[in-house]
Amino acid sequence: MEQGIKKAKANLAVKIAGLSLKNPVMPASGTFGFGEEYAPFIDLNRLGAIVVKTITLKPLIGNPPPRLMETPCGLLNSIGLQNPGLDVFLREKLPYLRQLSPPLIVNIAGKTIDEYAELAERLSAAEGVAALEVNISCPNVREGGIVFGTVPAMAARVTAAVKSHTHLPVIVKLTPNVTDITEIARAVEDAGADALSLINTVRGMAIDIKTRRPALASIVGGLSGPAVKPIALYAVWQVAQVVKIPLIGMGGITSAQDAVEFLLAGATAVAVGTASLVNPKALVEIIDGLERYLLEEGFGDVKELIGAAQF
Amino acid sequence: MIQNIAAEVLASHQAGPEVFLLKLRAPAIAKVAQPGQFVHIRCGETMDPLLRRPLSIHDVGAGGELFLLYQVKGRGTAWLAGRQVGDKVDILGPIGRGFTLPAKKRVALVAGGLGIVPLLFLARRALEAGNVVDFFYGAQDKERLYRLETLEAMAINLFVATDDGSTGFHGPVTELWKEHLREKTYDLSYACGPRAGLAAFARLAARYGIPAEVSLEERMACGFGACRGCVTALLDAQGKIYYENVCTGGPVFDAASVYWGD
Repeated sequence: MEQGIKKAKANLAVKIAGLSLKNPVMPASGTFGFGEEYAPFIDLNRLGAIVVKTITLKPLIGNPPPRLMETPCGLLNSIGLQNPGLDVFLREKLPYLRQLSPPLIVNIAGKTIDEYAELAERLSAAEGVAALEVNISCPNVREGGIVFGTVPAMAARVTAAVKSHTHLPVIVKLTPNVTDITEIARAVEDAGADALSLINTVRGMAIDIKTRRPALASIVGGLSGPAVKPIALYAVWQVAQVVKIPLIGMGGITSAQDAVEFLLAGATAVAVGTASLVNPKALVEIIDGLERYLLEEGFGDVKELIGAAQF
Repeated sequence: MIQNIAAEVLASHQAGPEVFLLKLRAPAIAKVAQPGQFVHIRCGETMDPLLRRPLSIHDVGAGGELFLLYQVKGRGTAWLAGRQVGDKVDILGPIGRGFTLPAKKRVALVAGGLGIVPLLFLARRALEAGNVVDFFYGAQDKERLYRLETLEAMAINLFVATDDGSTGFHGPVTELWKEHLREKTYDLSYACGPRAGLAAFARLAARYGIPAEVSLEERMACGFGACRGCVTALLDAQGKIYYENVCTGGPVFDAASVYWGD
């Protein structure tokens, strides 16, 4: 291209944990079903990656309803990882997902370290899985999930077990419900994680004053949506200071502006969750908005934004 | 296929205490909508309130109009009630599994309170398909019997009940239906209303051996099956509980498959 002529396009591609993404925007696990739910609204091939709902070894029926409560700018949920289990996923969901062009990231959770290892091994043998996202941070299940995500040594053990049972990149999803998220991040990095997702939902509750009962049947739920964005952004910035592996930032991203903030704080990619539940076109609107921002601000490449905030 | 459209407000007026009737121009949705399906409405331009509001389709017009009857319960529905003619409203729809449409049968429709919303549309379609429609409609008091004039103008057999006895049968609408069940038989029955009323309806239908469908409500996030948030408890063939999405698995369910908690 001739010098002096403004580029009509900005480069949105990024690499994360060995995956080449055509843009840094992907769905957050748990809010995207198995992809097909969004097909009436968006071209799934435009996404940087596809991230599906948590898969467990055996089917999980999930928590009793009510599972949802809206709070100011937020959503409390206690789904409880309802999913059809690994066998059904491989047989009924993967064939559809495999036809899509973006790399497929499968989120996994186990009740035991052995279950994480088995999930990793069997998914690695399946055609069409590009990476694993290890959920050690779901606040809504008793066994597994968050139990592994709050103690650095346990988080490291799960990570190491998954790493030793897969050739795929391993992304570990962290919870903000800890005293010091950087401690967990470092432990997971040392155990071999290729990237980190942060953050999962923030524990919270709501009470219905008419019935004088908790709004959720499970009492406690995970808070997501714009209400948690400052918490998530702070976690990304903190962790970016102490680890070398790339970060996928998530938590309350609803617009391209929000996505840019996460990149500036040190994330290499971003995931969008609750916003897609409200506006099923949110992901592609954010991709388009990100490109517009780059052009307007004179950036030729989205990578120029990563960690570029000046402190 | 679910459409996401900006529907123009054609009219909006109060239809009862805190209840509003909204008329939208939404031909893409109105032309394919089935009784029992719903639309999911963005109530505001910002992220507060955050979630869409699911509203059952109340009726459709020949010109592609969509009618929604709803109660103002919080900030979202209050925002909706404030829309003026010409405003645009972001809606997703039609969503969900509607009622099984009968043809040339004798059917009972049992509406409790705002349960009138999907049943008026069902009554219209049931009449068009040559059914005999007995319509049982109950509410707290006569002020809360919405759309009564429209129902009275339809070729249905209308029976009303009020909790306070201000008009019609004095007592719950399910008790009124029970009186009729002693001497009438129905091929199919349908209900919408508060959960306790639906459970009573389901028990009656089971006792008299009448196939029954109910429209359920749950707090909802996405509305198109992605989040698994709006589930209701159903019973499988072995009598074991499992959770099904109300948005895509319902909102209409076979009353016999619903776990009523008893």
